[in-house]
Amino acid sequence: MHQVEIATTQETLLDSPEMVLNMGPQHPSTHGVLRVVLRLDGETVMDLDCDIGYLHRGMEKIAENRMYTMIAPYWDRLDYIAAVSNGLVWVETVEQMMGLDVPPRAHYVRTILTEFNRIASHLLWLATHALDIGAVTVLLWALREREEILKIFERQFGARLTCHAWRVGGMPNDTYDEFHKDVKQFVNNFPKRLDEYETVLSENRIWLSRTVGIGVITAEDAIAIGLSGPALRGSGVAWDVRKSRPYAAYADMDFDIPVGENGDTYDRYLVRLEEMRQSRRIIDQALENLPDGPVNAKLPKIVKPPVGDYYHSIEGPKGEIGCYLVSDGTAQPWRVRVRPPSFINLQALRQMCIGHLVADVVAIIGTLDIVLGEIDR
Amino acid sequence: MLLLSPVNVLKDLLLKFFSADTTNYFIWPLIQIGLVVTLVALWVAYATYLERKISAFIQARLGPMRVGPWGLLQPIADGLKLLTKEDFIPEKADRWIFFFAPYIAVASAFIVFSVIPFGPDWAVIADVNIGLLLVLAVSSVGVLALILAGWSSNSKYALLGGLRSSAQMVSYEVAMGLSLIGALMFSRTLSLSGIVTAQGSDSIWYVLYQPAGFLIFLVSGIAENNRAPFDLPEAESELVAGFHTEYSGMRWSLFFMAEYAAMVVVTAVATTVYLGGWYFPFVNRLVGVNYNLYVLVCVLVFLVKASIILYVYFWLRWTLPRFRYDQLMDIGWKWLIPSALINIVLTGFAVFLVQALNGWRGIRTIEALDNGLNLTATGKGVMIAIGIVGVFITGVLLARINWRSRDFNLKTQRRNIKLINLPKGKPARAA
Repeated sequence: MHQVEIATTQETLLDSPEMVLNMGPQHPSTHGVLRVVLRLDGETVMDLDCDIGYLHRGMEKIAENRMYTMIAPYWDRLDYIAAVSNGLVWVETVEQMMGLDVPPRAHYVRTILTEFNRIASHLLWLATHALDIGAVTVLLWALREREEILKIFERQFGARLTCHAWRVGGMPNDTYDEFHKDVKQFVNNFPKRLDEYETVLSENRIWLSRTVGIGVITAEDAIAIGLSGPALRGSGVAWDVRKSRPYAAYADMDFDIPVGENGDTYDRYLVRLEEMRQSRRIIDQALENLPDGPVNAKLPKIVKPPVGDYYHSIEGPKGEIGCYLVSDGTAQPWRVRVRPPSFINLQALRQMCIGHLVADVVAIIGTLDIVLGEIDR
Repeated sequence: MLLLSPVNVLKDLLLKFFSADTTNYFIWPLIQIGLVVTLVALWVAYATYLERKISAFIQARLGPMRVGPWGLLQPIADGLKLLTKEDFIPEKADRWIFFFAPYIAVASAFIVFSVIPFGPDWAVIADVNIGLLLVLAVSSVGVLALILAGWSSNSKYALLGGLRSSAQMVSYEVAMGLSLIGALMFSRTLSLSGIVTAQGSDSIWYVLYQPAGFLIFLVSGIAENNRAPFDLPEAESELVAGFHTEYSGMRWSLFFMAEYAAMVVVTAVATTVYLGGWYFPFVNRLVGVNYNLYVLVCVLVFLVKASIILYVYFWLRWTLPRFRYDQLMDIGWKWLIPSALINIVLTGFAVFLVQALNGWRGIRTIEALDNGLNLTATGKGVMIAIGIVGVFITGVLLARINWRSRDFNLKTQRRNIKLINLPKGKPARAA
């Protein structure tokens, strides 16, 4: 077992002013099975170390023994809250390596549904983040809206959480009959609901005092650590894979990138809320311009990318999900490596937490929006 | 009239078997105690039901619906479940302290009910002349249970919870006690029934004289009871369950009962001191109809008033996020205690002013002084005006004290994030 570096020399609790507190892996707000070992002076965090690996399933190794088309469902289980985005990065990597020509309708539907997934993931983040800080009601309100998205997923993919959404070369089937109506309904209702969360949290004194100035990370540090997604944009860096390396139909979309200033928890909160609004905007545009036509490219009998390696990444809800694929020309990949945004974002935890209180550690874990399925793989 | 006078019938029956002294000083209190403990336990149980229902309605859910009609039997089912659960004591816990801590919590919360005047006459168990002091003293013993539970569990989360609760309850005890002094200047007695009758003879609720005091008392009461947004000792997302992390079964639910009972105590004290206790306009007319009916209606009025404050408790809990430990201490020491002190000074000044005005150029402000401070309409007007102005004066003075603190100007710190708009598909650059 991995030996955590912070060792305790004290015999009893009274020996030393510092106390080592084991947060997790069974803890209500470490978002899964993260174990954080805190060295506390009173309630102030002096040092901290993360212990991960409790959810390790060997995804990358499993992928070496599977056909290219069979790997996609495993990818859904990486970040199980954003299964649609994770599935997309796999199929797009394979498609681009093979040079497949995916029809535009498939690209547009992919855009709509990954944006839905972004909203769903951000809503779950909002729910748990607010719960960690003590606002229980927001949890159920956010889950209510997430439910509507999951219903659309269920009708489209047949599953709510780990939906095997995409196939190499397109989609398993075209959108269902009332897809247009369902999406339109969500798009129309959603801004009102977002405003509701804003009234409960954004101007709330307690919320402000719990988030403003907490877990600050500067733009330089954020880039140095390799943060991506809202955690990076909260620090003021306008980096978004959807803009910088457009995939799916994002090149045709008109949307803004919200950028914070101070890089604190409150900025990241505002950035994520604004991203939900922008996602709604993208969905609206994509739905208006949704082209007709087939949703599948012509595929060879066995998917066999050419010999070589390829890296492709998309903007997942939590950051840049990358996939590095090495092919030896057979039907199975030689090596697959995932760039997990949560794993890399988690590295900022120590820097953000030191000097804050125990209550802030919980808030900072929440604001990083980590999913342990992706960290441990 | 048998239905409405069970008290007299019972008393007559008892007098047949026992002497008048035994009945009045031994058997009758026992009956009252039994009744109050049962009713309060029931009230506490249904407070959990109400909380679950109210939270459900706030959160767009239904709440308990399965056990009985509208889930009305849910508290009883919960109680049965908790009674049959294993009573687990961790191996390294300090067994005896671990064993007794929940009893201290429950006892300290329930003893307070002995002096709460639910209504006139037989609806009070003991009319102690230092009732309010007794309430404050006994309810502050509750903190001992939390510290002991946190310490004896031999768990770090429980220890942190115990530490937090001791700091929190000790600091808010001060603000709570200070906020009551203003009201005592009008009632001129510490007896809880005396405070209510003083409000009755002055025909006013002290919340009108003491708006600032009432607010301070409510806030510090919430903090004193470890309720959200001040529920740090049991902050679920940080300390798992705080001081009762290691408790299970009925022992855990005793803590829960103690929390709710303490909540009911604070609402009862707030009702007694600030909302006129059992008094309500026109209820007095029932005295002529049937005295026992009058007492029962008074008890009902008291319970309704207390329940309204209880509702505010639930409402706040399910709306607000949780404070952080240092912010909580800030509010206690930098906001509530200074404002309670300012309130005392202002109230003292107001009482002096009203007495000085009496007889000046023929103005009459004081009606009587034998049963609390009874004011005429003019005096009441002056007093209420000073009370309302006092809230603003307190606010201004507090702002002067705290204007440098980080949390003071949070609203102006709220920023709008920048939106970087780019032509379609153009790569973004660092801002």
